[in-house]
Amino acid sequence: MFGTKFEFMMGGEIAAYAAKAAGAKIMFGYPITPTTEILETWAKFAGEKSQLKFVQTEDETSAGFGVIGAILAGVKAFTTSAGPGHVLLQDPISMAEAMRLPFVVIIGQRGGPSTGQVIYSQQEVNLACFGGNGEGLRQVYAPSNLQELYDLTILAFQNAWRYRFPTIVLADGYLLKAKGKVNLKKSRVNYPTISVLGDEKKIVNLANTFNMEEDLNAVLEKNIHEYKEKSKEIVSFETHNLRNAKELIIAFGSVASACQQALEMLKKAGKNYALFRPITLRPLASKTLNNLLPRFKKIIFIESSAGQLEKLVKGAIDVKIETENIRKPAMAIMAQEIYERLK
Amino acid sequence: MSEVLPSFPKCYKEKSWPSLFCPGCGHPIVLKMLGQVIDELAIAHKSLLALDIGCSLLAWDLFDVDTIQTHHGRTVPLAAGFKLAKPNGIIIAYMGDGGAYAIGLQSLLTSAHRDDKITVIVVNNTLYAMTGGQYAPTTLCDERTTTTPEGRNCQTAGIPFPGPETLSAMTTKNAYLARGSVLQPLVLKSYLKKALQHQIENRGFSFVEALSFCPLNWKTDAAGSIKFLEKMQNYFKVGEIKCPKISKS
Repeated sequence: MFGTKFEFMMGGEIAAYAAKAAGAKIMFGYPITPTTEILETWAKFAGEKSQLKFVQTEDETSAGFGVIGAILAGVKAFTTSAGPGHVLLQDPISMAEAMRLPFVVIIGQRGGPSTGQVIYSQQEVNLACFGGNGEGLRQVYAPSNLQELYDLTILAFQNAWRYRFPTIVLADGYLLKAKGKVNLKKSRVNYPTISVLGDEKKIVNLANTFNMEEDLNAVLEKNIHEYKEKSKEIVSFETHNLRNAKELIIAFGSVASACQQALEMLKKAGKNYALFRPITLRPLASKTLNNLLPRFKKIIFIESSAGQLEKLVKGAIDVKIETENIRKPAMAIMAQEIYERLK
Repeated sequence: MSEVLPSFPKCYKEKSWPSLFCPGCGHPIVLKMLGQVIDELAIAHKSLLALDIGCSLLAWDLFDVDTIQTHHGRTVPLAAGFKLAKPNGIIIAYMGDGGAYAIGLQSLLTSAHRDDKITVIVVNNTLYAMTGGQYAPTTLCDERTTTTPEGRNCQTAGIPFPGPETLSAMTTKNAYLARGSVLQPLVLKSYLKKALQHQIENRGFSFVEALSFCPLNWKTDAAGSIKFLEKMQNYFKVGEIKCPKISKS
């Protein structure tokens, strides 16, 4: 594009640049593959003379609670992790969910359970969407290419501070380790920060513990209602080839990129498939899906897990429809093999 | 009594008192000393009292000071994060011995090691009080708790955890480390004051352990509680463990 400056960068670097562009001031983190480049890039930003700060913590739990401390003081902060570290982060994410704190974390999904492998997977959907001891009142963004990794990371900060639900950028090992072209656009909206505590003019006693069931229930009902209301604004998705197809592929993240490529290959072979790609996994575009699905004969779920996306979508729709799936837990799914299966 | 203990702190939120602590609990003594210090240093408006889970959390509405309740053992990293974002704020992490020396030990050690300019107060009553008196790292040898029904066997369970002494080995010369007791509230108060002054002057990490009563779980009467605390003091030595020399200006 004329007049647009592109950079050639690795996903992890791109995510760090996005956090900076979104106005983040402090990063707390613990090294874990495939997210270390985010830490390393941010550490370079946070030199002696910089306004930006970086703390390499003793573990992910501490990183998450450091983020909460900074947020309470009204400063945009974030962390990043993967796999077992993402498990530990559910502790602070749950607190952020309870207290409506704009917690931002960039997750690089890797193969699990346990240490698994360090490369790639789509097995952290359940964890990102519903990992805490609560109702899953989170915003989960799933980028499918490097540019979107940049754009959605910025959006994650904006919407975290705007709606005050913890926000997860659910990337993966391939995206964070891939190098490619990106336009490091400046963030147009910088949602203002608010300090919850530390305002010298007013005293705030913030409770996280409730003596009575009724008291907590009242808070939860209010938060659940607000989440439902705001979901209409937050929800995001992309569709391809809806008009000509009778079968709908549902996929997200890197796999959706492969599906998009397969769609073109299939078209050339005279086969029409549509693609629905949720950009937000939480909240999910359930209303749109319910409206769309009666047009189709079948849904084909394609994912690098044993059905975490499928379960999420099936839980959100009330249309009876035939389904099929391609599942490869912790393995990449290439356009060619999707083409071979569906041609 | 007023000659021994100063009057109620001005920073108390009066409508929240009397507190929900059990009769005979040591927390109100520690908190009263802390309140007096906050008054004397005039830092109520710029302080954050971050409370760990356990009995500590009951202090959440007792002061006209910003407060937050965290998760068990997570108060120190939250306090460190807040301090980093607001370096001129005064951050007090208030926790029990279980939160500090068991589930939150990794964070406490790291924060002390990093010389975070925060103040950590650990109330040590040798057990997990709110959950019903289970064994903690600080449980005395042979002390019976609900999870050491035959008494702590120090041959197999190690020695009662020496908090400030452990921190002493790994902190810089800038750290302030002390152990007081609710049996000598004014001495405890002097330690709390030094710790907070330490933070106000941005000198380094500051830490005070307060040996405290838990008659409910100890199953002691007033005299028995004092006797138990004296026994604790025989093991956990009261005093300043690390006190940097300050040149008077």
